[in-house]
Amino acid sequence: MNYEAVIGLEVHVQIKTQSKMFTRVATGYGHEPNTLTDPVVLALPGALPVMNKAALDAIIKAGLLLGCEIAPVCKWDRKNYFYPDSPKNYQISQYDQPICLGGSVEIELPASARNLMGEHKKIPLTRIHLEEDVGKLNHGATDSLVDYNRAGTPLMEIVSDPAMHSAEEAYAYLTSIRATMIYGGISDCDMEKGQLRCDANISIRPVGATHLGTKVELKNLNSISFVRDGIDHEIKRQIAVVERGGTLVQETRDYDGQTGTSQSLRSKEMAHDYRYFPDPDLMPVRVDAEWKTRLQAECPELPFAKQRRFFEQYQVPYSLTSVLVWDRMLADYFEAAAQLAGPGKAQAVGNWIVNDLLRELSRGSAAAVGDAALRPRSPARDGGLAAPADAHALATSKVRPAHIAALVNMVDAGTVLTNAAKEIFIEMAATGDQPAAIAEKRGLCAAPIDTNELETWCRDAIAANPKAVAEYKSGKDSAINALKGPVMKAAKGKANPKLVDETLRRLLAVM
Amino acid sequence: MSSKLYFRTIADLAAALDAKQLSSVELTQAVIARTQAVEPRIHAFNSFDEADALAQAAASDARRAAGQSCGPLDGIPIGLKDVIAVTGQPLTASSKMLKDFVSPYDATVTTKLKKAGAVLWGRLNCDEFAMGSSTENSAFGPTGNPWDPTRVPGGSSGGSSAALAAGEAIATLGSDTGGSIRQPAALCGVVGLKPTYGLVSRFGLIAFASSLDQIGPFTRTVEDAAIVLGAIAGHDERDSTSFQAEIPDYRAALTSQRGPWKLGIPKEYFAAGLDPEIATAVEKAIAFYQSQGCEIREVSLPHTQYCLDTYYVIATAEASSNLSRYDGIRYGHRSAVGKDAVDIYAHSRAEGFGPEVKRRIILGTYVLSSGYYDAYYLRAQKVRTLIRQDFLHAFRDVDALLTPTSPMPAFKIGEKADPLALYLCDIYTIGVNLAGLPAISVPCGFTKSGLPIGAQLIGQPWKESNLLAIAHAYERAHDWSAQFPIF
Repeated sequence: MNYEAVIGLEVHVQIKTQSKMFTRVATGYGHEPNTLTDPVVLALPGALPVMNKAALDAIIKAGLLLGCEIAPVCKWDRKNYFYPDSPKNYQISQYDQPICLGGSVEIELPASARNLMGEHKKIPLTRIHLEEDVGKLNHGATDSLVDYNRAGTPLMEIVSDPAMHSAEEAYAYLTSIRATMIYGGISDCDMEKGQLRCDANISIRPVGATHLGTKVELKNLNSISFVRDGIDHEIKRQIAVVERGGTLVQETRDYDGQTGTSQSLRSKEMAHDYRYFPDPDLMPVRVDAEWKTRLQAECPELPFAKQRRFFEQYQVPYSLTSVLVWDRMLADYFEAAAQLAGPGKAQAVGNWIVNDLLRELSRGSAAAVGDAALRPRSPARDGGLAAPADAHALATSKVRPAHIAALVNMVDAGTVLTNAAKEIFIEMAATGDQPAAIAEKRGLCAAPIDTNELETWCRDAIAANPKAVAEYKSGKDSAINALKGPVMKAAKGKANPKLVDETLRRLLAVM
Repeated sequence: MSSKLYFRTIADLAAALDAKQLSSVELTQAVIARTQAVEPRIHAFNSFDEADALAQAAASDARRAAGQSCGPLDGIPIGLKDVIAVTGQPLTASSKMLKDFVSPYDATVTTKLKKAGAVLWGRLNCDEFAMGSSTENSAFGPTGNPWDPTRVPGGSSGGSSAALAAGEAIATLGSDTGGSIRQPAALCGVVGLKPTYGLVSRFGLIAFASSLDQIGPFTRTVEDAAIVLGAIAGHDERDSTSFQAEIPDYRAALTSQRGPWKLGIPKEYFAAGLDPEIATAVEKAIAFYQSQGCEIREVSLPHTQYCLDTYYVIATAEASSNLSRYDGIRYGHRSAVGKDAVDIYAHSRAEGFGPEVKRRIILGTYVLSSGYYDAYYLRAQKVRTLIRQDFLHAFRDVDALLTPTSPMPAFKIGEKADPLALYLCDIYTIGVNLAGLPAISVPCGFTKSGLPIGAQLIGQPWKESNLLAIAHAYERAHDWSAQFPIF
């Protein structure tokens, strides 16, 4: 029998705020244990939570970016359970009235080739709610230590409908969410720092069936490749159980990415009763239209929309936009350069950025780059084109959009030739000097060619290659290339190819 | 006025301090000496720190000498219930769970009292985690009523009422979740004010039931209550349930607001179970207001019979969650026998909490459980709304309600072994908390056996000025607050 997997993801995203969700203590990663605490974080007797409005702003923005309906009131509930990483032994969360309802995440699936656009889908969302993160347990041989630095960090939980059917879709979903959050300035989504975490609910059913099978919750998918591998593994495990004639049980399983195996954590019978009730310490907060309008104005254009617009507005092909749009800074950089370069030159600008600038940047910051898979890139790609720019490297690069625009225009005007332009680019990246100044200083300008001399060279080439001339005349346009070689040779490589082309065609036309 | 410094009022002592007839050190020494003398019989304090109090008093005297007095509370010894955080002082909630806990921070009321120059004096006994009506639930032993130390002082703020009545402080703070300020005030013959929910910040108050808890003063007079309330009230950005409003001059309002007022008498508060001597004393208070030209109306609060049930669902539900932080992991009592986290929780909580606290945690956990939430918690919240509407409806016709504070005078320690019998102590006070209203208990007489009786005035939300003025009018015409326990 053929089976179909049904997958829903619960994605936790840490919101990038200065201070914690319910107190003024700073958020942070990598600090001395238990230094980012105060009476509220440690749940000392008498401490009270007060909501951080910046976190509410961020989740509303996330909701607006993903097309969610924003609830008119932000209401808080307590989720009660005992665990040492949870100082109050309840988590302040949102139960029956999440701040964001509905919405969807646009994803792109891989196509048959890298330079082709893959299928796009919209994965519907159930809800997004806001809560506080817990502390971190460090287990030793005989004891366990708790670090409460992370406790109380604003955290949003993005819950999808059970609407994905492959690990590939789940992977594309997660990368799209990550790009959206980074674009919106909502989170840095660094999985190594726990800023993005994912649990998956997975079930299988015979292809064509409409009921939902017994679901298994897979936890600890704590790297982006573990998400894909773990889901793949779980789908195969479930199919194997059913094929063996076994029965699946509703349970929570822990995936170990190192060994590629999973273990049961607890069964449905052991599920918690969280005893949710409205938090009496926190007044509900009204979110009015004015508030939403203000945040809507701060919402950036998302990568897929940008990709569509770059194609329509600048005629830049997918092979370039699929690299350019996944980093907001890179996309903005491209657009600035394209605007400066002027109409019709965007593709050349894109080529310089994707092929040359990114190579220079990755060379300059190879040490700082780390796990390339953790940085934004097209969801449809894995190890795709050039590695996207390291944000810091791009921001500090000596090559600014105006440099690229100037260089593109010099090549277009024939002032410099392509090979010379490549040399100019490398020096520009090292010094930040203007391309015209570099060309001047290093004598890389295409020599101003006497048109009479060029015409003589062209006539000589035509006379010496009757076969190519005949082919051209009979309609084989590419035959003209056989004539260009001798001309360029005579010009010692310094003739403007565009001018050579024009001159040859003019002379051939009157023959 | 008493010749004894420790029985005098804030208003009177502040005048003496300003006139340099008295120093704060002298006053504080008198209070300390009195405390040391009577504590063996009263046990109002869980702990006190004489050196710290005297240092505060000396600092106050220095301020006054430099002409920088912070106002009427500067140099006045004020005791705090042991559920209000003071930096560097124990904060036990009268529980074994927090026996050795020292607060690293100040509650907002503490900060405000420090700014007002008050001498913070001692940690006052109470029912464990403020759960009870007799202070017998303290892990550190019961407090005696100064009028008869074999009797309870009421509760849960029994240490606060007893210390004040015995002259061990000039004023005290307590907390009131279902009557925990007003009932002990009545049983000890002092004034106790529970402000409108949200008027005084709860930051730094150990939570029992967050939607009901409110800090308030115990004082000898209504005027003193106005002085202390003025110092502790006001918006606090660290408590999101605190109200954003300008705080009026409550003391000035005592004389500027003159009435005559319309007073409502809720008929449900004079039903069976009310001690006849208390009924008589309260009726005399009603007659007094009538004689002053006030209009007296009988009103009905038809949902009164549901107050107790509603309260014990909501308060215990919130408490079960609020008290889950006491788990032996980060601070507080940790069992020596726990082997892993769950084991540590179970043993630490079993050893650290007393029987009444456990009873309420279990009840609260039950009412919030899956499948029971709608039937208990949700329904109780709906009834709570009806109870509040009863009061607001009555306030369309009257300025305040006048009732007994407690259905019975102080009873013997150990007399009420049945928890349900104890819960009945709060039947006249609990509705006020459910409705979030301000209410004050003022002394209105004594039983034949010499036990104090209190009358409760319930005011409209945020109209503490009016409520205090009404209470003040009664107090000026009576001398109950000038009587002191003899021992």
